[in-house]
Amino acid sequence: MKKSEEAAGRSFGGTWSFALGALALLGLAWLLPASGLMNLYLQQVLMYVGINIILTLSLNLVNGYMGEFSVGHAGFMAVGAYVAAVLTVAVFPRAWGPVLFPVALILGGLAAALAGLVVAFPSFRTRGDYLAIVTLAFNMIVKSILENINAVGGPRGYMGMAKLCNLAWVVFWVLATLLVLRNLIYSNLGRGIIAIREDELAANLVSVNTPRLKIYAFCLSAFFAGVAGGLYAHLLQFINPRSFSILKSTDMLVMVYLGGIGSLAGSILGASLYTILMELLRPLELWRWVVGPLLLVLLMIFRPTGIMGLKEARWLKPRDS
Amino acid sequence: MALLEVTNLSHTFGGLQALADFNVTLNDGDLVGLIGPNGAGKTTVFNLLSGVYRPDQGRIVFAGRDITLWPSYRRMAAGLSRTFQNIRLFKDMSVLDNVRLGAFAYYDSSFWQIIGRTAAFRRQERRLTQEAMAMLARFGLADAAQAPARNLPYGEQRRLEIARALISRPKVLLLDEPAAGMNQAETLELVALLRDLHREFALTILLIEHHMGVVLDLCQRVLVLDFGSTIFAGDPQAAQEHPQVLEAYLGKEENSDEKPS
Repeated sequence: MKKSEEAAGRSFGGTWSFALGALALLGLAWLLPASGLMNLYLQQVLMYVGINIILTLSLNLVNGYMGEFSVGHAGFMAVGAYVAAVLTVAVFPRAWGPVLFPVALILGGLAAALAGLVVAFPSFRTRGDYLAIVTLAFNMIVKSILENINAVGGPRGYMGMAKLCNLAWVVFWVLATLLVLRNLIYSNLGRGIIAIREDELAANLVSVNTPRLKIYAFCLSAFFAGVAGGLYAHLLQFINPRSFSILKSTDMLVMVYLGGIGSLAGSILGASLYTILMELLRPLELWRWVVGPLLLVLLMIFRPTGIMGLKEARWLKPRDS
Repeated sequence: MALLEVTNLSHTFGGLQALADFNVTLNDGDLVGLIGPNGAGKTTVFNLLSGVYRPDQGRIVFAGRDITLWPSYRRMAAGLSRTFQNIRLFKDMSVLDNVRLGAFAYYDSSFWQIIGRTAAFRRQERRLTQEAMAMLARFGLADAAQAPARNLPYGEQRRLEIARALISRPKVLLLDEPAAGMNQAETLELVALLRDLHREFALTILLIEHHMGVVLDLCQRVLVLDFGSTIFAGDPQAAQEHPQVLEAYLGKEENSDEKPS
C-alpha cells in the first residue's frame, strides 16, 4: 500500500513538473512576441519549426513506431488545412475568428482523421511497399480533388484567412501532440503498435487486436497532421494544392528519419534541425531543394535509424512506465 | 463437452494437400502429442487452429463456439495460446514488455483513459506490471525484465515465449516443438516445467515434438501425421510399435527394431 502510494506520488510530481514546464513555455511563447522582444522573422521561423515538429511526431507514429511506410502524409495535412481555412473564412463569423480558431483546428484534424480511415482499411490486408503505394495514391488523390474544386480556388489556391496562428498556439499544439503520443506509446496499446512493427503475425497471436490499433494509429496520426495543416493555413494565410504535394511528404520523411524513428525526442530534433537548416540555406535558392533528398540518401546509407534511433530522452518517458 | 473439437480439417497449398481430414478432440486437462516426420503437416494444424490460415474445409469448435473463421487475436482473447517452432518474440522490446503484451486482451483501459493517463489507467498499468513481473519470476526471468528480448540466451527465450503465452491465462496451450535446439539436460528440465505448468495453470496442451522421449514422458495420447493424413491416434507406447508409424519415420525397409527417436 505504502509503495503504491509512493509511486502515485512520484508520477503526480512528474505530471506537475511537466505541467509547470509546459505553462512556462506557453507563457514565454505569448510574452516574447507580445513584448516586442522577439522579431517577426524569428517568430515566423519558430512557428514553422513547431508546425514541422507536429508533422514529424505524427508521421513517426505510423512510420517509426508502427513500422508502416506512409509517404503521403501531406494529404492529411491538406485536408486539415482546407477544412480549417474554409471554416474560419466562410462558415464562422469573422469577428469570432480568434475564439473559434481552436474549434476550426480540431474540426480540420477530425476531417483528416476521417481521411485516415482511407489508408487504415487497406492496411489490414496489405503492408510494406504496397501500403506505401496506397498512401502515395492517397496524397495524389487529395491534391487532384482540391485542384478540381472551384469553390476553394482550384489550382489557384485559397486565401482570405486572418492571421489567427501565433507562437502560443503553435507551442500549445506541439505540447498537446507530445503529451498524447507519449501517453499512448507508454501503454499496452502503444506497446501493441510497436509489436506490429516487430512482428505483426506474432502480435496477432498474442491477442493484439491489430486492425483496431491500425485505425487508432492512422487516425491519430492524421488528426495531428490535419491540425498542423490548419496552423499552417492560418500562418501563411494562403494555401494551394501544390503546397501539399509529394515534396511536402518527402520533407516530413526526411525530418522523421533525420531525428530518429520511434523516438519523440528524435522528432523534435529532426524537425528543428531540418527547418533551421533549410532556412539558413535560403541563399542557395533552387539548389536548396537538392538538400532534402540528398540528406535522405545519406541517412539511409550511414544511419538508417536517425540521430536518436529508437532511443528516447528520459524527460519524455513517464516515470511510472 | 469437449473443450476443443476439430472435425475434418483440411488445407491445401496450391495443389499440395498439406492436411486432410484432421480430427481431434481435447477435453479439459488433456495433454496430447502431435508427432510425425518433417513436412507431415503438424505446424499447419497449429496455424489452422490459431487462425494464421483459413481451412479449406472443416470446423473448429472451442468452448462451445465455432471459431473456424475468427481472426487470430480473437481466438487468443477467447483462451487459446501458442508458441512457435522458431521463437517469435518482439526482439527489440524489453522482456517485461513482451510479457505485458501477452495480456493485451485483458487490458481494458479505454483509449481516452490512456490519452489522459488517468488514475484508473495508472492503476491498471501497475497491476499489469506486477502480474507480468510475477510471471517472469515464475520462469526465473525477473532479473532480465528490462533487457531487450534478443539479449536472452536461447533457452531463456523459449521460456519467455511460454511466459508470454501463459499470462493471458489460456485454457488451451499449443506448444510447437518447445524442446527444439535443446540438449539432453535442458530437455529434461523443460519436461519437468511443462508437467508443472500443466497442473499449476490447469492447462489443456497440444504439443508438437520431435523428441520421442518428451512425448512418451508427458503425453496421455498421441496423434501421428504423415503427408497430411492421421495415420495413428492413441496410446504413445503403442504408437512406437505401430507399423505405419515406423514406416513413416524410417522408410519402408524392414529394420523395425529401430525406434523413432
